[in-house]
Amino acid sequence: MEAIFLGLILLLSIFLGFELISKVPSTLHTPLMSGANAISGITLVGALLAAGAGAASPRLAIFLGVAAVTFATINVVGGYLVTDRMLGMFKKRGDDS
Amino acid sequence: MLEHVYINAAYIVAAALFIFGLKLLSKPATARKGNLFSAVGMLIAIVATLLSNQILDWNWILLGAAIGIVIGVAASRLIAMTAMPEMVAIFNGLGGGASLLVGWVALFGAVNTFISVTVVLSIVIGGMTFSGSAIAWGKLSETITSRALVFSGQRFVNSAILIALVVCAVMFALAPASNSPYLYAVIGLAFLLGIMAVIPIGGADMPVVISLLNSYSGLAACAAGFAINNVILIVAGSLVGAAGFILTNIMCKAMNRSLPNVLFSGFGAAKAATKVDGEVHPISAEDATLILEAASSVTFVPGYGMAVAQAQHVICELGELLESNGTEVSYAIHPVAGRMPGHMNVLLAEANVSYDQLIEMDDINPRLDSIDVAVVIGANDVVNPAARTDENSPIYGMPIINVDKAKTVFVLKRTMASGFAGIDNPLFFGSNTRMLFGDAKTSISSMISEFKT
Repeated sequence: MEAIFLGLILLLSIFLGFELISKVPSTLHTPLMSGANAISGITLVGALLAAGAGAASPRLAIFLGVAAVTFATINVVGGYLVTDRMLGMFKKRGDDS
Repeated sequence: MLEHVYINAAYIVAAALFIFGLKLLSKPATARKGNLFSAVGMLIAIVATLLSNQILDWNWILLGAAIGIVIGVAASRLIAMTAMPEMVAIFNGLGGGASLLVGWVALFGAVNTFISVTVVLSIVIGGMTFSGSAIAWGKLSETITSRALVFSGQRFVNSAILIALVVCAVMFALAPASNSPYLYAVIGLAFLLGIMAVIPIGGADMPVVISLLNSYSGLAACAAGFAINNVILIVAGSLVGAAGFILTNIMCKAMNRSLPNVLFSGFGAAKAATKVDGEVHPISAEDATLILEAASSVTFVPGYGMAVAQAQHVICELGELLESNGTEVSYAIHPVAGRMPGHMNVLLAEANVSYDQLIEMDDINPRLDSIDVAVVIGANDVVNPAARTDENSPIYGMPIINVDKAKTVFVLKRTMASGFAGIDNPLFFGSNTRMLFGDAKTSISSMISEFKT
């Protein structure tokens, strides 16, 4: 039952993703890609659970968890900041923000 | 039970912010806010997870997070805009690598068939994303050759790897364990497959590969979400997977090639295009400036060569000078110009070109015959009229920017060497084409100083 429920969520999210992205102008393709990439760093949530599992967890599992936290944090932090930096450059003449 | 409720409520809020953020990302005016929304969503998901009673030990998390934050902040601040494709490739790879590890760790808990299958998926997709992105990074930064690496028997080797991967994955799923030899085999083979998938892809096809790896990094997170039974990973991962897939499709369409064609064949091996002969008409920077001064409309058409020559700032300066002279200036951008989707737009935005001057291919083409001068800077295949006229050309059928229809065309080019696809470009021999040889940045700088005198 759980698997079916999760499968349904998967299906809906994929359709939603298609709908959201198909209208993006090509000017924004790079920031869109790097912004989406930052979202894929959501795997950090899983990494946190792995690295924070405590002493009951085997050493190897903790080690893998810490590596995962490191990777995913770079992905999330770097991804959002670099996207913001890029988008900050997209200006229309006249606005001096 | 109560905790379960509040964490899932936080995940719903996070998912809503991701969706809303992606929606706002689709308009230049709201894009920055959209990215911020999505970042807030991420923060909410992370904080909710950290506060859960499943987190028993903070020390290891702090260690990993501290390293990650330092590297992430430094990388995002220091990276040059021209190196953005490499950066995106690295981030994709790290996301994939993290999903692989999360899947692996799931094996240390209670494992049933459903979990072992989803773990294998997250390891295979995550592993391919990781090694594939590493190769893409190498190609984009020219650490390794950016040419397509094709050897005979490649398909046979790849098929063998794929079959071995499937066999090991099945053997693993039959007796899942965190130290199963089949697990290590699956990880190794996934890395190998990622490498083999990207090496036959040449530099000009990189926009497709980057979008595809972007899609994979989302799917890997999604698979990891199934493995650890976490809804937010599934939702966010599949949003990214779908987004990357759409971009991949747009890139393929812009090259008039199918995805399998991009992935499995190096470029331009099969057909020999009709040889072009004719006379080229060189022009000096002084003469080119005179023509530009007299023009009432000018459009710049940049390609990867602009990024290599770092010419975006001088181009923008020349554009502003022309505008103050009363000329209508625009920038026509082909969807696959450069090494990643939207590459040229980012560089020109960096140089302060207003985004309403960046014109998409389909919008500029109907207007090109009324444009006085089209200035091609470091672009070749995307303006090659052979794509329209020569059925024997390897790029025949690819939509191009029809600069040859403009009244005058300037082509800024180092030498007469052909473009990435290695094919002749009849544009260079056109009667309305003038070749301005030399480094693009130097040529434009001398045009600017001519203009000012």
